[in-house]
Amino acid sequence: MVMSDMESAPAAPARIAGVDEKILAERAREAASTRRDVLFDVSRLTVSYADVPALKGVSLEIYKNFVTAFIGPSGCGKSTFIRCFNRMNDLIPSANVDGTILYHGIDLYGPEVDSVEVRKRIGMVFQKPNPFPKSIYDNVAFGPRVLGWKKDLDARVERALRHAALWDEVKNRLKASAYSLSGGQQQRLCIARCLAVEPDVLLMDEPASALDPISTTAIEDLMHELKREYTIVIVTHNMQQAARVADMTAFFSVEVDEEQDRRTGVLVEYDATPTIFTNPGDKRTEDYVTGRFG
Amino acid sequence: MTAQDATAAAQPEPIRLRGERRRWGEDVVKGILALCALVSVATTIGIIIALVEPSIEFFREVSIVDFFSGDRWAPLFTPASFGIQPLLVGTLVVTFWACVVCLPCGLGAAIYMSEYARPRVRNVLKPALETLAGIPTVVFGFFALTFFTPLLQDLGLGVNVFNVLAAGLVVGVMLIPVVASVSEDAMSAVPQELRDGAYALGSTRLQVSTRIVVPAAISGIIASYMLAISRAIGETMIVLIAAGGIAKITFDPREQSQTMTAFIGATGIGDIPTGSIEYKTIFAVGLTLFVITFAMNMLSIRLVRKFREIYE
Amino acid sequence: MSVTTESLGSRSHGDRVRGTAFYVLLLVSVTIGFLLLGVLLVDVIRKGIGYVDPTLLNEPNSSDPNKAGAGPAIRGTIYMMILLLVMVVPIGVGTALYLEEYANRERWYNRLLEINIQNLAAVPSIVYGILGLAFLVRGIGLGRVLLAGALILTLLVLPTVIVASREAIRAVPDSIRQGAYALGATQWQVVWRQVLPASIPGIATGSILALARAIGETAPLLLVGALTYVAVNPTLLGSYTALPVQIYQWIARPQEEFRVLAAAGIIVLLVILLTMNAFAIWLRNRYQRRW
Ligand SMILES: Nc1ncnc2c1ncn2[C@@H]1O[C@H](COP(=O)(O)OP(=O)(O)OP(=O)(O)O)[C@@H](O)[C@H]1O
Ligand SMILES: [Mg+2]
Repeated sequence: MVMSDMESAPAAPARIAGVDEKILAERAREAASTRRDVLFDVSRLTVSYADVPALKGVSLEIYKNFVTAFIGPSGCGKSTFIRCFNRMNDLIPSANVDGTILYHGIDLYGPEVDSVEVRKRIGMVFQKPNPFPKSIYDNVAFGPRVLGWKKDLDARVERALRHAALWDEVKNRLKASAYSLSGGQQQRLCIARCLAVEPDVLLMDEPASALDPISTTAIEDLMHELKREYTIVIVTHNMQQAARVADMTAFFSVEVDEEQDRRTGVLVEYDATPTIFTNPGDKRTEDYVTGRFG
Repeated sequence: MTAQDATAAAQPEPIRLRGERRRWGEDVVKGILALCALVSVATTIGIIIALVEPSIEFFREVSIVDFFSGDRWAPLFTPASFGIQPLLVGTLVVTFWACVVCLPCGLGAAIYMSEYARPRVRNVLKPALETLAGIPTVVFGFFALTFFTPLLQDLGLGVNVFNVLAAGLVVGVMLIPVVASVSEDAMSAVPQELRDGAYALGSTRLQVSTRIVVPAAISGIIASYMLAISRAIGETMIVLIAAGGIAKITFDPREQSQTMTAFIGATGIGDIPTGSIEYKTIFAVGLTLFVITFAMNMLSIRLVRKFREIYE
Repeated sequence: MSVTTESLGSRSHGDRVRGTAFYVLLLVSVTIGFLLLGVLLVDVIRKGIGYVDPTLLNEPNSSDPNKAGAGPAIRGTIYMMILLLVMVVPIGVGTALYLEEYANRERWYNRLLEINIQNLAAVPSIVYGILGLAFLVRGIGLGRVLLAGALILTLLVLPTVIVASREAIRAVPDSIRQGAYALGATQWQVVWRQVLPASIPGIATGSILALARAIGETAPLLLVGALTYVAVNPTLLGSYTALPVQIYQWIARPQEEFRVLAAAGIIVLLVILLTMNAFAIWLRNRYQRRW
């Protein structure tokens, strides 16, 4: 268990347009006041599709009650990586995961571990809102029902919707189809759906990229709220978003093998968000966050 | 409150990621579904056994050379004769006249639906064609016998009361939807860019349809033709009702003639004794029919797959 | 006089004529089927409508055309429809679920299974009759009974139901499955609570169309003994007849009166089938979801 050993936030000016120094300073202060408990310990993780590695040799730690952001260019394996945390890659027949991810010290890919149990604790929100073709209520109740939690279903649904800051908007039409909601509301419904099964961790793969700015703000505010109880891992293409919500940021990049015509994702740098954005240790990170990439 | 306490409070029970028990239910369900799938496999095996076993017995009594080279089909007469050629010719002639109708009309209907019809028209046409395809063949047979044949007679074609022409043409009408729907699928899979490119060069709709879309969809169209021919060969009720019951070698469509399917139908109706040679002829003819249609179907399936691979 | 305007304004004469001729040909191709269908309907109704009466619907067949009816045949068809529904839908949907949700496409046996089903869909229906004759009627000695007929029709339309169900299941977007898995649902929970409910309209449409096709089938039933005189209500293990077979029997008689009776029977059959078709199409338009 590591107590905060955060490098003091560098005073260097923010070099990226749109990322507010004040926000970064706040991030740094917050991070400094939070203890770091390792929740996930990833070591030498390699994921291949049909024996072609898409992501290679990733090692990092994810801390409890932190928001951790993965950023990087398209195709560098962010989605691939985040899907490893709740074994969603098991559903892709050609995918193969090497290396270990320890969760509370247990290897997620150990022989005894049941992927269904893993997903109960580690929920996931997808890029495009994917509500079930059912009523709002049934969407949220699906998880508890599947787990056989029949008691106090109404209260549980309400709690989840309140948590997801959606209750007031839908409380009068719980029986309406989930498709009648706006995109932003649908995404919060999907978050509520995850919260209803009381997970430990929320994985979010570009949760706001299909949404308008106002809905995006709503989701970001929600993340701030939720991280008190949950650990959040988020993939984002939006660097301002990473700067606004994330405590830790991991930057991934693509290594191109010209000979074999292969593109493999690698972890370039992983650090406190202010460091990544103001004082990155790697040239590639700097190019990316300052927009000089590609 | 120390950090340790906070952790303990948040994490009261130890983490368990094992399944509570092995999910037997999941395996059982998968097993049941696989059993459902096995029903179709069993059907194929059953068909093959049902056809092959009595056929072997049949060919013990009738030489296979006589069967295929004989030109007289008279299994119920004494002396019996088992030359299948008359049935093959009957089948061939019916299939020919069916093709005369269904190949051009089916293709034309497909081109119309995919290249000319507006979406609203198409939305009406497709279910309408489906409905046409859903008319029972016994109804078409009735139509061929009681409406089409008299019509041909009135036209002065000198057709017999039972004749191959009426039967074949009506089989063709029945198969228009088959050709149309498979061909149309293939044509609508042709990428729009191909058409746009041709239109941009000033091509007319006729040129785009015939020089761009049809060639691009050709394997799908051929597949639809194969399927239609196979269906024509296998059609029973229309020929049983309207084409007559005399097996003879004739290419004159105004005459009556028997097809393989009509023979099987006509013979199978009666309560013939199981071990008899008449009973076994059903299977020998059925096997011949099955082999022919099977070959055509496989070809058709292949062509459709090839087509899908190109554009998907 | 400007050449440009002229060539822009109208295509060459030949092009236009050819284009129009082609268009007319296409219209003929499309309409010829419906034209004949129309003629057929008018012809059948003209001939048979006078005979569609309680006698036709209730009485058994008779050698006197005025007393003959299709009562047992109609009931036989209805019973068969129920039996079919009970057998073909579960097996068909089960197979479709296996192929879409469980089977690994890489495996040769699963690919073979798919080709097998495609091929079965195109096997001539009379061959299914032979199968029934060899195995059900003679082989296991079931005899010429209703159950044998229903079993054969089940196998006959099974591929149609499978194909339609697979299409409906495939139309359910993967994001729904992923969403359910991410909540800790097991595979069967995902299939049973998400995939299946979402694909029910498509499955129902396909099943009704398949059922309609099955009860119009005549040829295979001839071989499994539906062509008999039945005076009483058919039972599961008793002799039976079906409406299309009864129609065939009447057509096959030389007397004109029986032809008329056949036309009346056809009207009844078509009313049943067209109702089913219309219902299926309505169902599809009503519940079709564009994801
Ligand atoms: N199901 C799959 N099968 C095969 N290859 C895949 C699959 N999913 C992803 N890949 C490959 O893995 C690599 C990483 O993809 P991934 O989706 O993880 O990237 P990403 O960083 O999330 O990109 P984006 O920012 O565009 O979402 C890509 O080269 C992609 O083609
Ligand atoms: Mg991604």
